[in-house]
Order: sequence, then structure tokens, then C-alpha cells
Amino acid sequence: MKITVRIWRQKDADAKGSMVPYELDDVSEHMSFLEMLDVLNERLTLEGEEPVAFDSDCREGICGMCGVVINGIAHGPEVTTTCQLHMRTFSDGDTIDIEPWRAGAFPVVKDLVVDRGAFDRIIAAGGYITAPTGSAPEANNLPVPKVDADHAFESATCIGCGACVAACPNGSAMLFTAAKITHLGLLPQGQPERESRVLSMVEQMDAEGFGGCTNIGECTAACPKGIPLDVISQLNRDLMGALAKPGPA
Amino acid sequence: MTTDQILSDYLTRGDDIHDDAAPSGPIEKRWDERKFAAKLVNPANRRKLSVIIVGSGLAGASAAATLGEAGYHVKNFCYQDSPRRAHSIAAQGGINAAKNYRNDGDSIYRLFYDTVKGGDFRSRESNVYRLAQVSVNIIDQCVAQGVPFAREYGGLLDNRSFGGVQVSRTFYARGQTGQQLLIGAYQALERQIGLGTVEMNTRHEMLEVIMVDDRARGVVVRDMITGEIETHTADAVVLATGGYGNVFFLSTNAMGCNVTATWRAHRKGAYFANPCYTQIHPTCIPVSGDYQSKLTLMSESLRNDGRIWVPKKAGDDRHASQIPEDERDYYLERIYPSFGNLVPRDIASRAAKYQCDAGKGVGPGGLGVYLDFADAIERMGRDTVEAKYGNLFDMYAQITGEDPYTEPMRIYPAVHYTMGGLWVDYDLQSNLTGLFVAGEANFSDHGANRLGASALMQGLADGYFVLPYTISNYLADGPFEKIDDSHPAVVEAREAVEERVNTLLSIDGKRTVDSFHKELGHIMWDYCGMERTEEGLVKAIQLIRDLKAEFWSNVKVTGVNEELNQTLERAGRVADFFELGELMCIDALNRRESCGGHFRAESQTEDGEALRHDDEFAYVAAWEFGGDKPVLHKEPLEYEYVEMKARSYK
Repeated sequence: MKITVRIWRQKDADAKGSMVPYELDDVSEHMSFLEMLDVLNERLTLEGEEPVAFDSDCREGICGMCGVVINGIAHGPEVTTTCQLHMRTFSDGDTIDIEPWRAGAFPVVKDLVVDRGAFDRIIAAGGYITAPTGSAPEANNLPVPKVDADHAFESATCIGCGACVAACPNGSAMLFTAAKITHLGLLPQGQPERESRVLSMVEQMDAEGFGGCTNIGECTAACPKGIPLDVISQLNRDLMGALAKPGPA
Repeated sequence: MTTDQILSDYLTRGDDIHDDAAPSGPIEKRWDERKFAAKLVNPANRRKLSVIIVGSGLAGASAAATLGEAGYHVKNFCYQDSPRRAHSIAAQGGINAAKNYRNDGDSIYRLFYDTVKGGDFRSRESNVYRLAQVSVNIIDQCVAQGVPFAREYGGLLDNRSFGGVQVSRTFYARGQTGQQLLIGAYQALERQIGLGTVEMNTRHEMLEVIMVDDRARGVVVRDMITGEIETHTADAVVLATGGYGNVFFLSTNAMGCNVTATWRAHRKGAYFANPCYTQIHPTCIPVSGDYQSKLTLMSESLRNDGRIWVPKKAGDDRHASQIPEDERDYYLERIYPSFGNLVPRDIASRAAKYQCDAGKGVGPGGLGVYLDFADAIERMGRDTVEAKYGNLFDMYAQITGEDPYTEPMRIYPAVHYTMGGLWVDYDLQSNLTGLFVAGEANFSDHGANRLGASALMQGLADGYFVLPYTISNYLADGPFEKIDDSHPAVVEAREAVEERVNTLLSIDGKRTVDSFHKELGHIMWDYCGMERTEEGLVKAIQLIRDLKAEFWSNVKVTGVNEELNQTLERAGRVADFFELGELMCIDALNRRESCGGHFRAESQTEDGEALRHDDEFAYVAAWEFGGDKPVLHKEPLEYEYVEMKARSYK
């Protein structure tokens, strides 16, 4: 099929960007969206033009490295990662707009590539269970009810792609942060640090310049892993509890 | 020409080598003895010692977190934008551990035995025994970190069985075990980054090793955003940079997986061991067209409940549902009645190839076989199947547009894992002093074939439980002489990288990097894939040499160094893949036997099974860099505990 793509081109972090149109004549419906961009890049290279920079790695929907805004929607019209979107979703003659994640806390590096280092710093602030190597007790000494384990797993499936932030009108990272709070907070191993974790992670999230959450729900609608909105309620509950406690501050 | 004459054109014979680091004595005591003999470093002295770790997958992240926690100064590098992206994340099925929670006769010894046998008697007994020993600690460690493994209703950990074994020892987190284990290691790593013991450098690609007075003392890396060529020095260097399956262009590896870090070390003198041992995974989604950029694996755990079949009649192009039961050939169940659909990966892959070669393949181009869940859905109900495999079914539907609940999946083998890698001793140290290699990047534990759910086990064993002891032993002799950026060895390494980058940018030819990579991949798949022959390998070596020469005169790399330049990144990786591909073919040419993932058509039994030649080839082939004629060093393999016999899964 024949399509037109309009892609955000921006030379580097400081340059001014713009949408640039490209026509593609021979797109197979079986191609993945990123393979369509590969084909475009092969052509641009042969024409001596700079290929479009975009991030991707595993191309099987799990590493979280890919992600662009397609026709105004993070990861495009289907609820999946950009790499798992296929051209069969589009029709002959379509014009497709492709932009990087738009969020103050995710500065553009080049073209469609953004810097999501803020996510790593939120995890570094407290998104873990302190378990020094070698100190762990026998695994089955600590039974975890299956329902809690399954729920923790569902929150732990977050791939850190950043679609939630890109989709949020406020550029909030609440869904990402709350998924980790919920994953670790549901497990018995996660209890000792439960309060300090939520306090530090939320503080870091705010310091990174992410916006506040106003419960719009765009994040969960765009999430390729279906992280539910109620993890945010869990975060708020934990945060309130932690803030209400008199502590050494 | 005789085979010996042919070989003498492609390789030089060097001296035998041995692993001197493993203690002798009873195998179950060796690791304890090694740990006890290892020198310790006083906690107060650790902060004066530094370690560079390249790669942030299971092996790299777990090593960085553990060494940081111990108090060493760690610098970690990865090419992705976050350490959490490393390709360990894509492992689906599970992780083995000899916990014997199922009370089904499992033990450390049995896991050791299964792994040696599964590796077709081409791995080292000492290493494999240690792997089985520490497997139990890994599960404890991961659970303590909050890895949400699957559990029984009573709250205890669940297990499943995996290809090549008859016990249930695989721990899993739905079909995303690699993701959950990596996130566990990543969180431990981020904690250390937050505490300041680990300095993380994302979007940095290692392009050279710095050797000073015959010790590995640092690396040259390129900042992938600014293009700056940086040098970093330390007291020890660890490469945990994964496998080299992308030499085939199409593989289940991530787009960025490459051999550059280990290949650069190889060119500096590190031996590359068993490069021809490649694992072709039997259950991948078939290729759909020329534009295809990667292949997607479906966890082989699917083989627990799915049944593999092809039509009995060649060229039968009826829809699967139209083919009656008695016209289907469940060929694995027929040929291997005791293991059935659960035979090891190499056997399942080759069997699929033979069915397709015989014209019985299904789907586009006849390159596929059915993996059918109809019986499983009838037996367990759709809900149970969905609970077990839901995300895999979704992934299949997403990619193919077909519904695996109502029609059988189509699968075909794809390159998945590379058992070869840099040669290391029992301490995971390469023959270059101070250069350690962990995870898939080393050759150590899987022999000629890796069993399912053993890669995650090995990566975490190396990083959490082996390297922290062996590196400390090495660092106890440090800190070594301080070197700065003006040291001649550092300058030389940096200039070599700069020159190479400049050369790639200046060729300005007419072909894209990917076009070369795809052509190389076709050569490797056709001649060094599931079946290899002397004639084919000799041909492949020439084709690769010609292609490499064309690459260096006709590749087109756009842009400049001083920017995010993804074409330049790929060009450097492909340039190294040519050299590796050549060595893989030479190694395959030299190994005139069939074992594990290496099948030489000249060496098979009457009924087409792999035929090893233990008298001649029970050795690790460790290659020293030597341009067109690499030098072969043999490390003889001795089996004191497991009797070498032909693998049989019938």
C-alpha cells in the first residue's frame, strides 16, 4: 500500500524541529511499524539523506525502548508497543504523523529519540527491596498468597516505555511510579521499606519535573501492558499513610 | 584436496591449554575450596579498587549491584538508554534451580548431570557442577528482591518442566521470567547507583579494551549521543555483553545485540571458544518477508502442552482444520516416544527442518510446522491454557494476525543463543589477566547445546555468586599502578577507535550497512546454520571474505561522529560480525563431528542423528586471533563423573 508519513525531525536537543513528509509506495501490511521506518531509512541513506533516528531494541514488546506518538496517540491506535504495531492497522493512502514522546521530563535527543533517564532515577530513589546478595532466606520460607503474587506480577509487568507520561496531558509519571509501589508493596518482602519507598519515589518524581496526576486515565489507556489505574489509588493511599505518620522527617 | 590440507589453509595449530583455576578433588567440594582459597579484600580497602562492567543484563547488572554493594567502585556501561532494556529481559520461559520442591527426584547432581548431557559432553564438569550448586541461592535471592514468581494456592513457589529433562525444576513468572529477573537485578543495581557505589553510563558503546603491561585495565567507549570517544580505566574489566546471534541478521536477539565488545577483546588476545556452537530455537514465529528485522521466539514451554505436527503428505496445502487426525504426522512423538515434544532444542529444530525439506512445511514458503493446542484446550479448558500461556498467545496473534486458540500456531526454528564466547577459566577470567567474562558472552557452561531455562540461571550465577568471589581474589593483588589518559596504551587504544570511526565515515560507498548485514546473515544461515558441510563452509568463508572486502570499500555511512548516529553504530557492529562469521565457519570446518547445536552432515548415524567423535573432538576449541589463519588451542575435556555416551531421547 501507499502511505505518507510526516515525521518530527530535530537535529539535536537544542535544534528547532519540524514535521517532514515522506511518501512510501510499497508498504506491506505484514510489516511492523518500525520495519516500515527501516525501509524508509534504507531509502534515505541511499539518497544521501540522514535516516530518521528512533529507539528500538528487542522488537518483541518487552524491553520498553521503542515508543513514538502516532497520529497523536502514544504507541499508535492499538494498545501495544510501537514495535508490535503492524501496518495492517493502516489503510492505503493514509497519512501518518509520527512524533517523539512529548513531556518536559523527557527531553528530545534527536528526531524521535528522547531521554527517559528520569525513570531510572525514580527507581534509584527507592524502587527496590533492599536484599544484599547472599543474605536471602530460603525462598519457600516466605509463602505469598497466590492472589497477592499474581497482582504484584501484574504491576511488575511495566516495561518503563514512558507511554503513560507521553499520553498524560499533565506529563505525569504517576502510573509508572505507582506500578512499582504496588508491585513491591503487595509482597511481604516489600513491607519494611513500604513507607520510605513511596516518600522517596514521589519526591524524586516531582524533582524530575513530571506533572501532577488529575486522574484523567489517559495513561492506563495508552499502557501497552495494561497497568490499571487503581495502582495510582494504591500509591496515594500509601503516600497519605506515610505522610500522616510522625517521623524523623 | 584432503581435509587436512583444506584445514591447513584456514588455521594454525597452537599448544593445548588447560583450566588451572579449578581445584581438583571431589566435584561437590571444588567451589567451596575455591572460595576458601580465594584471597579476601578488607572492606576498607575495597573503595580504592575499581571494576569496569560492560553490559547490564542479568550477568552485568547482578555483578555490578553485588560488587557495588561489597564496596568496590564500579563503572557500568550499556548501549541502551537504560540498564533495564538489556536483552535478558526478553527471556520468557523460566529459570532452573535444583530445589526439588516437586519431590520428583531432582538434586544438584541431577541438574549437573542433565546440563552436561544436554550440552552433549562439550562443557566442563567443574563449571557445570558449580552452576547447579548456586542455582538454589539464585531463587532465594530473587524472591528476597521481590521477583513475583508464579505460586501455588498455598503460597509456595510453582514449577514447570522444560525441554530435555524429566523433572519439574523451572521457576517462572508467567511468560516473562527474564523480564522479572532482570528488573530484580536492575532494581538492585539502581539502588547502588543511588548510593553512589556504581556509576552508570547509558548510551555508551564499548569499542576497545585497554591493555597495560599484559593486564586488562580499561575500555574505550563512544558516547552515543555526543560521539565523544572516552577512555575509562580500572583495576579489572568484566565483559557481560551477551551473545552474537545477530551475525545471522535475523535472530531472536534484540536489534542492538552485537559481538563488538568480545570481538575487540579477542583481537587484543583473548581466546574465542567454540564459536560454531549456535542454538537454533525450534519455536519461533516464521519469517514473513524481506523487510523482516527480527524473529520472535515463542517460549518452548509451549511444547509442554502444544503438539507439533505436519501433514503426512508433502505439499498438502489444506487448512489445518481440514486435515483429519490420521493424515497428520506428530513427528516428534513418533520418532522420540519417551521425550516426545520435549526433546532438546537442537533435535526439535533439525527435525522441523527435515520435515520442511521434505516438502511437508506449512505456511508461506513451506517454512513452518504446526504447534497445536486443540488437545490441551480440550483437556484443561481454555481458561487454564490462557492462564499458562496467555501472553504468548497474544504475542502470536499480534504479530501474525491469527488466533492460536482456534487454529494451530505456525512455528519455525530461529537463531536464539550462542553457546560459544570468550574462553574463561573456572574463575571466569579470560586468558587476558584482569579480563573477566560473564553470562552469554563467555563459553563456559552449556557445552555444545544449552538446555531451556539455563541461560537465566547462568547469567545470575555468574553475576551474583561467582564473580564477586573470583574478582575479589584478583583485586586482592591491587590496586594496580594508576594510569591516566596520557598513558601510551590508553592513547593507542583511543586512536585506534578514532581511526576506525573515521574510516567508516569516509568510505561513502553505494550500499547500506543493513544490506551487507542481511547478505552476511544469509550466508551464515545457509552454510553455518542448522546443518553444515565441509564444502558449504569453505564456500561460505570465501563469500564472507569477498563481502567484507566490499564492505570496506563500498559501505555508505551517513552523518558525522559528533552526533547520535545509529548508522555508524550499526556499521561498526557489522564490521566485527564479518570477522566473527569467518571464525565461526572455520571452527565449524575444523569440528568434523556433530554435537549439540553443531551438526555436520558428514557425521551422522544411519537414522540421521548427530554423531559425536569423542576420541578426536572432546575438547574446547579456543581460538587465538590470527587474521586469515586463526590459531587453534585445544582444551581437552575430561569426564570423571558423567559417563560420555550418545545422547538419546528416544
